[in-house]
Amino acid sequence: MAESMSVKDLNLYYGDHQALKDITLDMPAGKVTAFIGPSGCGKSTLLRCLNRMNDRIEGCRVEGTVKLGDTDVYENYDVYELRRRVGMVFQKPNPFPLSIYDNVAYGPRHHGKPSKAELDQIVETTLTDVGLWDEVKDKLDHSGLSLSGGQAQRLCIARALAVNPGVLLMDEPTSALDPISTGLVEELAVKVAKEHTVIIVTHNMQQATRISTKCAFFYLGELVEAAPTAQLFSTPKDKRTEDYLTGRFG
Amino acid sequence: MTSAQETAVAGEKNAPNQSMPNADYTATAHKARVQDKVATGILAAIVGVIIVALVAIIVYILASGASKLVDVHFLTAKPEQFKAGGGIGPELFNSFYLLVLTLLISVPISLGAAIFLTQYAPQGRITNIAKTAIETLSSLPSIVVGLFGMLTFVLTLHWGFSILSGALALTMFNIPILVRVIQQALEAVPRDQRDAALALGLTRWEATMHVLVPAAMPAIVTGVVLSAGRVFGEAAALIYTAGQSAPVLSWSAPIWSLSNPLNVFRPAETLAVHIWKINSEGVVPDLSAVSAGTAAVLMVCILAFDIIARVAGRALERKLTAE
Repeated sequence: MAESMSVKDLNLYYGDHQALKDITLDMPAGKVTAFIGPSGCGKSTLLRCLNRMNDRIEGCRVEGTVKLGDTDVYENYDVYELRRRVGMVFQKPNPFPLSIYDNVAYGPRHHGKPSKAELDQIVETTLTDVGLWDEVKDKLDHSGLSLSGGQAQRLCIARALAVNPGVLLMDEPTSALDPISTGLVEELAVKVAKEHTVIIVTHNMQQATRISTKCAFFYLGELVEAAPTAQLFSTPKDKRTEDYLTGRFG
Repeated sequence: MTSAQETAVAGEKNAPNQSMPNADYTATAHKARVQDKVATGILAAIVGVIIVALVAIIVYILASGASKLVDVHFLTAKPEQFKAGGGIGPELFNSFYLLVLTLLISVPISLGAAIFLTQYAPQGRITNIAKTAIETLSSLPSIVVGLFGMLTFVLTLHWGFSILSGALALTMFNIPILVRVIQQALEAVPRDQRDAALALGLTRWEATMHVLVPAAMPAIVTGVVLSAGRVFGEAAALIYTAGQSAPVLSWSAPIWSLSNPLNVFRPAETLAVHIWKINSEGVVPDLSAVSAGTAAVLMVCILAFDIIARVAGRALERKLTAE
């Protein structure tokens, strides 16, 4: 079941440095929301607040509220349960040093006690969903690290989806991939968003227009503007958004 | 655009200055090439000298002990005190037994320490103190470790010259090296991989045990086996802890007997200590042959460790990435 996320009056500090300033944003369920902006604008930092991956960074302090559905993720969630419901895909494909099968089965095994038959079913369905099943069905016992970059990234998406999260966070998931693999991952993001809300950070504005329904532009730790993607790109309200989108900086 | 075209274009626009930068460039490029050749020559010569010296030592030791290396009697018999024809059976067993015990104690401790230092300890004061301590310990002369072991284990704890005292002294000698190797292996695992485990809802402990340690395993195994080679050849730390006598061993002796091979409270001379002892106070007539034979056996064992380290590391690596 796709879930919505929202942040309200969010401020984040690394020591004395304020990395995010008063962010308020809704990320609707079942849609793709894209975060765009130049490097260092805070978009990845915000993404990492959503599953509390910033918790372990020393000197990092978060104020304000982050909600999954109607529940505050900092107040009312066990962090491990939160991360089961909010999956994440990273910039560089990072399969575990395990077999392809075990990479996908890892999450379900860890969070429940599925039978062998159930696991087989989960692995097949999930790998089929990410379009990898035909490519790997004869070598499920091979190491996940033996796959090419694009295949490995789809395996990582499968690994995240196998526990059926309500939200899938993607942190520049195609920046290390070739154009064809990028296309496959983009199609996948659009497809899975119906069941698992997708929130994606991207450097690539074309990518945002291709796949996202809602788009948020960040600059120097501020949320400058958030709107339906078509609207943001055709009629930006803020001068900074317009300058960025037309390539005047960034 | 090729450089020839570039020159041509530049030439059309600015003909008078054309030759000057070109001549400069050629001279600089020529100088750089000569420098490169000279450096290559010098570096190759240095490496050549090192390789020749190492090979010469290895060949000399193996050749001197060659006849003993294939002599089953020498490898299994007990050493003689006064007459010729003694063997190194007990020493060979003692060396391996001490090595196994040392690794059994030092590997878990080092693994735990390395995991704590890389994953749990807050970066800063604690890790800096630990780092300094580890570096100091690893450069401590082994004779100092041996004397400390004698004072602590042999005398204060009344364990006497024993395998246990020796294994603990070797552990002290081995831990700093192992901690550093394992720490480097763990740090070399991409941060991304740990993040992936955490993002899947694993605890830090689960992420470490299920993802980090397996990913670092090839490097850890290589490091452990290489450190085993050092431990195996160590003499100074053992002279005053495991002792210089090798009781005759018998598997039928009761466990508390000094003759039982597995009794950790018996003294145990190793191969390296044996070489030192017969050369400093030996009176057997075939002293130099025994010494050369023992050295050759020790050398073969250590070479075997190196080869095992490389093969095992590569096999694990392949298992992780290929297939």
